[in-house]
This record gives sequence, C-alpha cells and structure tokens, in this order.
Amino acid sequence: MATSSIGRDTPRVDGPLKVSGKAQYASDFHFPGMLYAVPVAATIANGRVTAIDAALAIRMPGVRAVFHRANVGKIFRSTFGPGFQGVTDERRPPFEDDVVRYYGQYVALAVADTFEAAKAAADAVRVTYAREEPNVATELAADDEADVVTTSFGPRDRRQSQRGDADAAFAAAPVKLDQVYVTPAETHNPIELHTTTAVWEGSTLTLYEGSQAVFNHRGVLAQMFGLPVENVRVVTRFLGSGFGGKLWPWTHSSLAAAAARQLGRPVQLVVSRKMMFQTVGHRARTQQRVRLGATAEGKLLSLQHDYVYHRSMLDAHHEDCGEATSFQYSVPNLRVTFGRAKRHVGSACDMRGPGAVPGLYATEAAMNELAAQLRIDPLRLRVMNEPKIDEGLGIPFSSRHQLECFELGAQKFGWSRRTPGVGSMTRDGLTLGWGMAGAAWIAARFPAEASVQLHDDGSARVACGTQDIGTGMYTILAQLASEKTGVPLGKVEVALGDTSLPAGPISGGSMATGSVVPAVFAAGDEAIGALLGVATASPGSPFEGRRLEDLAFADGRVFVKADGAAGGVPFADVLRRANLRMVRGHGKSEATFDDPKPRFSTHSFGCHFVQPGGERHGRGPHHQSARRAEPDRGRGRDGDRHGAAGAHLVRSRDRRADQQQSGRLRGGGERGRAADRGAFPRLPRQGDQRARGPGDRRDRAGRHRRRHHRRGASRDGRARAGAAGEDRAAARVT
Amino acid sequence: MRFLAGGTTLLDLMKLNVETPARLVDINRLPFAKVEATPDGGLRIGATVRNSDLAYHPTVRRDYLVLSEAILAGASAQLRNMATTAGNLLQRTRCMYFRDTAMPCNKREPGSGCPAITGSNRTLAVLGTSESCIATNPSDMNVALAALEATVHVQGTKGTRAVPIGEFHLLPGQTPERETVLEPGDLVTHVTLPPPVAGSKQLYLKLRDRASYEFALAAAAVVLTVASGRVTRARVALGGVGTKPWRSPEAEAALVGQPAEAASFRRAAEAALRDARPQSENAFKIELAKRCLAHALHTATQS
Repeated sequence: MATSSIGRDTPRVDGPLKVSGKAQYASDFHFPGMLYAVPVAATIANGRVTAIDAALAIRMPGVRAVFHRANVGKIFRSTFGPGFQGVTDERRPPFEDDVVRYYGQYVALAVADTFEAAKAAADAVRVTYAREEPNVATELAADDEADVVTTSFGPRDRRQSQRGDADAAFAAAPVKLDQVYVTPAETHNPIELHTTTAVWEGSTLTLYEGSQAVFNHRGVLAQMFGLPVENVRVVTRFLGSGFGGKLWPWTHSSLAAAAARQLGRPVQLVVSRKMMFQTVGHRARTQQRVRLGATAEGKLLSLQHDYVYHRSMLDAHHEDCGEATSFQYSVPNLRVTFGRAKRHVGSACDMRGPGAVPGLYATEAAMNELAAQLRIDPLRLRVMNEPKIDEGLGIPFSSRHQLECFELGAQKFGWSRRTPGVGSMTRDGLTLGWGMAGAAWIAARFPAEASVQLHDDGSARVACGTQDIGTGMYTILAQLASEKTGVPLGKVEVALGDTSLPAGPISGGSMATGSVVPAVFAAGDEAIGALLGVATASPGSPFEGRRLEDLAFADGRVFVKADGAAGGVPFADVLRRANLRMVRGHGKSEATFDDPKPRFSTHSFGCHFVQPGGERHGRGPHHQSARRAEPDRGRGRDGDRHGAAGAHLVRSRDRRADQQQSGRLRGGGERGRAADRGAFPRLPRQGDQRARGPGDRRDRAGRHRRRHHRRGASRDGRARAGAAGEDRAAARVT
Repeated sequence: MRFLAGGTTLLDLMKLNVETPARLVDINRLPFAKVEATPDGGLRIGATVRNSDLAYHPTVRRDYLVLSEAILAGASAQLRNMATTAGNLLQRTRCMYFRDTAMPCNKREPGSGCPAITGSNRTLAVLGTSESCIATNPSDMNVALAALEATVHVQGTKGTRAVPIGEFHLLPGQTPERETVLEPGDLVTHVTLPPPVAGSKQLYLKLRDRASYEFALAAAAVVLTVASGRVTRARVALGGVGTKPWRSPEAEAALVGQPAEAASFRRAAEAALRDARPQSENAFKIELAKRCLAHALHTATQS
C-alpha cells in the first residue's frame, strides 16, 4: 500500500501556481475589448438622489458610459430558492429607486477603456442629494415586529428557544446576574478585493467572481437577469479569502453584468478597499442582555439571553447569537429571544462564525462574571453545569467532549496556578489576568456532488463545484482522490470553483471539507466500479470473462481477489487495452445541515484560555491600565472601530511564548496537571512568586530587544485546545 | 506642483483626490540620499534618505537612538523602505475628514468648516488646536527630530535657509491649510542634527490601538542627561496629541534639577499637558499622554 497523504504534512498542490502568480483570481481574467467599471458611492447615509450630472465624466477620454437608474436597464429582484439557490443579503437590485439608505450605496457606475479612466470618470460624476438625518444610533432596542420574522434565510421565530419558566426561576434564584454585552460592527476585508468580471455571449452570462458559493451566485444572478440557470456560469478558480463576505452576491456583481449587457463588451468591476467597508457586508452590531440565576453553589437555575442586532433598512440578515445558548449548559429554565433594529447601514452578513461568536462572547462572559460573584473558579462553574444531552432539542449529542477539552486546555495552560484576586498575578512588571471560556459551533454537512476520472496515462481528475477559500480545498480534493484511486498526488488534476462542475458545497460554516469527503469517495467507488466492468468485459483484458465480484482494486491496480494485489495490473493498462481514455464516476452526499428532525445534536466544542497583561503605572495603587482612562470606549462609532485605547498597554500574549522567553512559569506542571484532572480545584497562590519577573539588571541591548518585542505584532494570546476528533476549537468558520 | 520623493503620502492622497497637483517633479535623482557627519560632529541627513536606511544607520543607532526608534515605530517595513526624510517631515494628517473629499475640511478647503470638532475626533489633537482645525500631526520621526533639536534646510527661489524644527511646522490657527513655513518653490534638501549629547538617555515610546502599523494615540520622545540621580538636561517632545510635533519646554523645565524619579516625571507630564484641550471623544488622550511621557522618562532613566 502506498503511503497515504492524509494526515501528513502535504505541500499545497496549488502552491506553485500561487507563488508564481499563475493562479487566476477574479480580476486576473482579461478578455479582448474588456472595459472597466468603477461605482460612484453615495456620500450620504439617508435621503434621495435628486440629480446625477455625468456630463463632464462622459466627455473624458476613454469613457464609455455612466450608468444610473435611468439607463442601466432592467435588473430584477431575486427570491429564495431551494437550498442555496437564492440567498443574498442585499436584495434590492442596484439603482432600483432613488433612495439612499446607507453611506457608500452605489448610485452610478462609470465604465471606461481603462481602470484609471473609469476611476477618474466616477470621481467626476456630480450627484446631488436631498439629505435626511440618518439613524445610525448605536444603542439598540428591538423594533416592534411580529414574533415570526423573515430573514435572509427564511422565516425565523424571535422566541428562539424556551423551556421551563425562566422569569420565575430568575426571580427566585438566590444568586442573580443581569448584564448587557455589546459587540461592535465588524468588517471583513480579505486581501482579495471583491471582483466581478462579466462576459455575455448572446443570452448566456459568465461571471468570474470572488465567490464562496458559485452555485448560489448563479441562482441569484440568473433571477436578476431573467435567465434560465443553465445560461449563467459562475467561475471562482481562486479566492483571496472571504471570511463570509463573499458567500452571497453583492450589488457590484449585477452592476458589472448589467454594464456588460448594455455595452456588449466584457466588464470588470473591482470593489475598492474603501468600498469594502461599506457595500459588501459586515458583522452586525449586537447588544445582548444575559440574565443568569443560580444556587449559591453555582448550579444554574435560569438562563435568559435576549439579543438585538442592527440591520439595514431593507435587509434581514439574521445574526444568530443564540445558536449555542440553548445547549451549552444544563439549566432547567431558559429563554432565548432576538430582536432587530433598523439602521441606515449597509446590509450585514455572515462573518466568521456568524452569530455564535458574538453570542458566546456574551454568555461566556456572563458565566465568568457569575463565577466571580460566586467566588468559584469559572472552570468549575462550567463543569458543574455540563449538560448530559442537548436540553434545547431534548436529544443526545452525537459526541460532546467539552469536559476533556477543558481539562486539556487547563493542563496546557497551567490553569491550576491561577489566583483569582484582581492584580494578584504579576510578572515582568505586568499585572496578569487569566481567563477562560467555552465554545461551540455547528458540525454539519451540506449536499455535495463530485466526479472522479481515471485516465489511461495513470492520472486522475477530481472535480467538484466547491471553492478553495484559501484553506486548501485543492489539496484536500487531490488527497481524497489519491487516497481512493492510488494515483499519486502529483498526477491528480483538481477542478473546482465552476458551476459547470458537479454541484459543490458553499465555502462556509467550516463544513465544506466534511461535505465533499463522502461525495468524492462515492465518485471514486463508481469510477473503480466502471473500471472493473471494463476489465471483465474488454476483449484482450487479462481479466476478460472474470466475474465482477472476483476482482478488486487497490493502490491503483486491478487484481483477482484470490490472487492478491501483487498479481494485479495498473488501471492505466486496463484502459489502454480497452482503447479507453478514461472511466468516470459520479458521487453525491446528502445534507445534514438544517435537518428539521435531527436524531443527534451535532456540534464541535472548544475552549479558550487567555492571559492579558497590563503594565503598572507609577507608584500608588495599581491602575487598571489605560482602559479606564477612556470613558467612551466601545460606545462611540469611533470607539467601535478602534477598540481599547492604549491597547498597547493591555497586551495579550501567548503564554507559551512567554514561557519560552522567561522560563518563569514553568514548573509545577505535574502537580497542576494532577489537580486539573479532578474537579479543577484552586491551588494556593504558589504560582505568584514564581510568576514574578526577574528583577535583575539587564544590559541596554537586552532592554531594547525586550521592548521591541513588546511593541511587536500583538498576539492573539490564546491557548486553544481541542479534544480528539471533531471537537476542535470551533469558531473558525467562513 | 508637488515634489515626489517616496510618494507614500502624496500618491495615497492623490488617489483620494485630496492632493490634485497639476505637475509632479520627481526629485529622487537629486543627490539627497546620503547620511554624513557634519564638521561640528553632528549629522546631515539628505532629504531623500529612506526612513529604513536612516533608522538602521549605524551612527543613528549609536548616537540618536530615539530617532531610530521613532522611525521604526511608524508605518510598515514596506512604507519605511520608500518613505523619505523630507516626505516624513511633510507627512499630512490622518484626520478622516481631511482624507474624505465628500466632507468639509478647513485644511483641504479653507473656510468649508471642521466637522471633526463635532464629529469623530477620538484620534485627533488636544494640544495646539484652533477653532478651525484639530488635526494631529501623524509623524513619529518628527517627534524625535523635535527632541533632538534638528534643523531643516530649505532651498528656495531666493537661496537657502535653515529652519529650526520647532519653527518648521505651523499651528493651524485660522490657516490650517498652511502646515509649514515652506513657500511655493521651496524644496527641503536635508536635515541636520546637532552633535550627540554624551551620556544622554534616549527613548521613543508610542502608544496606539494596535501594536504595529498604526498611528500614535500618544507618543513621547525623550533625551535626558542624569547626573548623581538628578536630571541635568532634558529634551521632551510628544506625538499623537499635537497639531504639530510637540516639543514641551514646560516638561523640560519641570525636569531639570529634579531627582530622576517617578514624582518628577509625573510633574513633568502634568506640565506638558497643562494646556491640553479635549474634544468630545479624545479626553482620554490627555491622561494617556501623561502616562506615556512619565513611563518613557521612567524607562529611559532605568537603563
């Protein structure tokens, strides 16, 4: 048996293409006569366009057209389809009306022979507005809406989950926590700018896109141009990542297609870096009230999670902060509700662990604050409230290794050496704070189809219309095909990112790989079945006349089961003798995502252990670093964007790196580990002295090296730990 | 007309239509790319010396460490490889209203108004502001040059002149569009530094929202001489808080003759920020700048 590449370090099969610049991203496609489009963005957040003066722009050299509402031609709306066929967060087609509902909304489009001419023309378009006061208030209160509301994914009940009597149990609870947690709007801005290159041939449209979901993109754009889906092809050979921002089509895609239609020429539209903060989605701002009721010992009695997020004036992306709330802890009384608040902002979308990430931030922070209130270890609080089943759905977990995950994380971090008093842990002049949290993320599969071909030169081809968002799908598909067919990695051709291929899953939700594995294996099996059929049926074949069930295939060779693999024949020989270029198999796997009646609750689980450190200032009592100095932190618009003031002083550092640096936190590991394995009891402050920094003199160079290090790239400061199998750290999604 | 050196500010602003020069004159082939000793023992830095080359120059590393630290605290390696001495001197503000032509801005369009005063001003200045403009000078290098008492040398249509760094940048007053004393046709040819102060302790400390590739919320450049536990000479400049690189004679006066200890440093910091005026979102910068300066003085004197 040849060595499998699965589970081994394997160079990316697409690496040479990327480092040599041959990998074609959406803006790398060029066609004869192609024109360049640059949008004109609204400079108000609310109001109407009263006039668009393009007279100057259109006279500029190389300018072909300035499109706006009056001349862009018909662009239809799209609606939901089955599965991922009609999902989009900004449903309004560009230029549909003269209303501006967010800053940066496209109001016109300049098209020219060169990008530079188009940019200059866009800048020369004069737009006049009737401006109205926008509502961009950051304080969120739920709009008055029905219980069941329509979202980008269809109807959702705002009473998301309920059991027992959460209000009564909270009122009666001996220990109560009632807090509001806010997460700011966050924008994803991957290296590759959003791009559409649109090419019409008669009534067929090909879009070279940066898309995490080419089939959904096809479904939406076909609707918007009134075309049968087979007339639309969407190609995404390479993605400079997307983080969820490239899951569903944005308005620039239909604009590029409309301009190409009107001018009869291919059109390329690259969204600028600045526009990417406005027109291609963001994570909605959230405001989450969490109420916990508990016994004096820490057993949860009631959990209420009521969250509100902002949305654009027309759209309905659902930021599901309550995704993990109903099952993460055992609690008899629970209520999760959500509300939405319309604001004059662009549409929100799925960003990097949508919903669960801000949601778990709130509920896990609440657990930590409850632990502080109860004066018990936050890890112990979680262990005490570990559920046996998914209490939200009343069904068992497929597996849940949250406790092992905590234990492993605690061991690796040395959690038992934590002392709870604020400011009680110090090192190198830093005051340390140790904290932890649990995490969960859905584990499911999307439907997937794939094909595998075996060729008469011993090579293979695997094809699946999924995308490689940068996480390695090219390599994964090659590995799967190689594993199944015995063809070495270097002889496996991979085709993906094209709606002309078998329908593949979206690149989102951390589900693409899991979705394609069974489809590729099934396709491989079918190809091998076809090969064995050829082997028995072809005149001159060494296996002519054999019964199918007598033959087997392993490691690229066909052989008689009874004789063993050693007597086999390479599959290429079988094909050549039959004068066949190839055999092909097709495979399909079914979705487990959105199963209305699941038998098991299927999630992955994780944990975070973090060590932020802050410097003491002057003498006197310890200042809580610079955060205290800024009253508006997290409230103002700007506060959102920039986070904590003096974040340089409030550093997160990777503890393991610290250990390597100072060696001071080492030791006591065995004792800590043994202790961690139990009920995570707290040890006395034995780590404190050890944690103190070396107070010795240092030479000047050493000082500067150290300082330089502190100023260097900030680290995430997380020790992630995942238990075996699927229970990997969760929140890495889109 | 604009002179083009590294282009890291100018081209950026041209793409935003903030700078719209009818003509660019590339000065990269002028003989301004050298760092040389001056006869008096100081240093002469050519206008087109790249920031990286200057920061890693052995003489700068040895004698003017605060300048090296300041430059390396700014921008990114790629930008520093292009950015020049003169370009950095003329670096323009990061005020978002200045950089967005859809917004009014007295600096960009005199008389159009300053939306920053009632708007988003968290990163803007608390020292040297006026009713017309509260934009921060974003440079790190300039702060070190101020503490080192550099001199800017200018070639104009009527000859050459030398301008002390403290007089080179202008306060906004009612004319925020005028940022320096340069007149049309003036070209910065080089910058000179006085001879290094023997035994001085130098430090640049920069505080910001993230640890790299970010502008200062507050920064301090200090050049101190300490003898027998007392400060005998002090040069202090602040960054990130002023409308120009902010030399603080108040802080210097508060330090000289005082013991090199925390109480003195705090008093100096209080003195440096005494005239600070907060805006709606940036009051935190006043305390942050004080701590920044006190911490810089403390750290510098610990060596």
